[in-house]
Amino acid sequence: MKILVVDDEQDVQVLFQQRFRKEIKSGEMQFDFAFSGEDAIKYLNEHQQEAVLILSDINMPGMSGLELLGHIKQKYFKPPPIVMMITAYGDAENYNMAKELGADDFLTKPVDFNLLKEKLKPISQ
Amino acid sequence: MTAEKEKLLNETYQKILRIGFALEPTLDLREYFSEKLYIIGTTKDEMINTLEGLQRLIDRQKEQSAGLEISFTSKAVDRQYYSEDTMAVLTDEITAHILSKEYETSFDMRSSGLLKFEEDKWKLVYWHASKPENVQSEEDTFGINEWKEKNAQLERLVAERTSDLSKKNEELEATLDQLKATQTQLIHSEKMASLGELTAGIAHEIQNPLNFVNNFSEINRELLAEMNEAIAKKDYTEVEALAKDVTENEEKITHHGKRADAIVKGMLQHSRSSSAVKELTDINQLADEYLRLAYHGLRAKDKSFNATMNTSFDENVGKANVISQDIGRVILNLITNAFYAVNQRKQNPGGFLPTSGRLDQSNAPGSEKTPGDSAAYEPTVSLATKKEGNNIVITVTDNADGISPAILDKIFQPFFTTKPTGQGTGLGLSMSNDIVTKGHGGTLTVKTTEGTGTTFMITLPA
Repeated sequence: MKILVVDDEQDVQVLFQQRFRKEIKSGEMQFDFAFSGEDAIKYLNEHQQEAVLILSDINMPGMSGLELLGHIKQKYFKPPPIVMMITAYGDAENYNMAKELGADDFLTKPVDFNLLKEKLKPISQ
Repeated sequence: MTAEKEKLLNETYQKILRIGFALEPTLDLREYFSEKLYIIGTTKDEMINTLEGLQRLIDRQKEQSAGLEISFTSKAVDRQYYSEDTMAVLTDEITAHILSKEYETSFDMRSSGLLKFEEDKWKLVYWHASKPENVQSEEDTFGINEWKEKNAQLERLVAERTSDLSKKNEELEATLDQLKATQTQLIHSEKMASLGELTAGIAHEIQNPLNFVNNFSEINRELLAEMNEAIAKKDYTEVEALAKDVTENEEKITHHGKRADAIVKGMLQHSRSSSAVKELTDINQLADEYLRLAYHGLRAKDKSFNATMNTSFDENVGKANVISQDIGRVILNLITNAFYAVNQRKQNPGGFLPTSGRLDQSNAPGSEKTPGDSAAYEPTVSLATKKEGNNIVITVTDNADGISPAILDKIFQPFFTTKPTGQGTGLGLSMSNDIVTKGHGGTLTVKTTEGTGTTFMITLPA
């Protein structure tokens, strides 16, 4: 399963690679990274249908995670990949908006990686 | 008349005048005045025909002139002698001078005296003085009391006015103190307001590095457990690989720990009163730091908000001697204003300086949006630094509606704000201007085009 992680913090890449080192090693999961919403759309255009799951931060400079979500779910990609939104602000407004825009799940920072793994397991199988 | 007799006459008359002006110590009046004397003075009771009466007049005169310096000059107008030079009529013009600490006065009078030569002495028999023109009193020979009263009145008036003035002065000083206290309070309020804007940004800024610190240290614990397993299996290739990861993660932990540390230190600096000193500060780093704080601060307040941030940092800018939290606050202010302006334009497409619906979140992405301008509009805030000769130039540019020429000259005035009541102190730009000009010898200028956007330019001596 290929997962695209979208976050403006570059160290997220190392973090995910370490957190999922076993899954990466076993070939169960593959990770790609984009550091902005714009980068993510570019990636998705170049790698049609490759990523089945997108984990995106909401709070990013430029295109926000919610705008990216709207793009993915409404405009370009069919069938759309699963999108999970991550935000530091665990407020109802962001949650409702993400749901409305078609987010499949919603996570708050700090990300609980055990919980995330639990959520990813059924999808990867 | 013999010269000797005439000399005695004049000397005696002078003495009599001195006695009349109360300038002589107590002496035997019979030496100079006839027992049958008649004196008509300048006031209504000055009709004296006894020596005792004369003595009383002299005593009263002495009393009145206490504390005054009295002198007189006399000029002979006429001299006539009768009865074989035993009677003399002397007419003189007399000018009296009265001098006190405060001021002086003088008046003229005319006196006529009849003296009789008895037992080798000239003695006054009859004397009359015309009343000085500038004396009103009927009670007072030379108007001394009147003059004294006027003087006292003046003194009272001066005292009253002085008291009024010092009272007013005290009032003004109290008002000034109040104003100073209010100013301090307002500056503090503005600091607290911008601190409030910062807090949300800071919380977000601290949360991210803390997440990394927690995550990487957790991963390291796992990696070290795996390393122990690898050691047990004597799989040293794996141990080496794990050790490399652990070291890298450790570096990440240190990096993000320091990042959080710097943010907290910055926050403390910001709230501190401006006893700060100028320090060599990396201007690009400072600008970037406050851009992030401003951005996350606004995001925390208005979650629907987003804007494109462009940065262009000139490497040649380097370090400058500034009070970093003050310049930071200016940058924060300008960026917050820019974000506010682009947000306004996004939410109120097509209108200049809308008067209602500010920070209205109904136009947030995802909710119903009117097609057209707002869809095409990309809120953009640019922050740039540039080295220009001996100056460092920091510009903050937005693509909002611009500032109307009608208010352009007011924007640096204290308390001027376009924000709705309660949302802005109106001190942001005014204080920013003070910090840049008075605090750092720089300039803060603005260029704006209605409908296109605004650029604020901070110029600091490098």
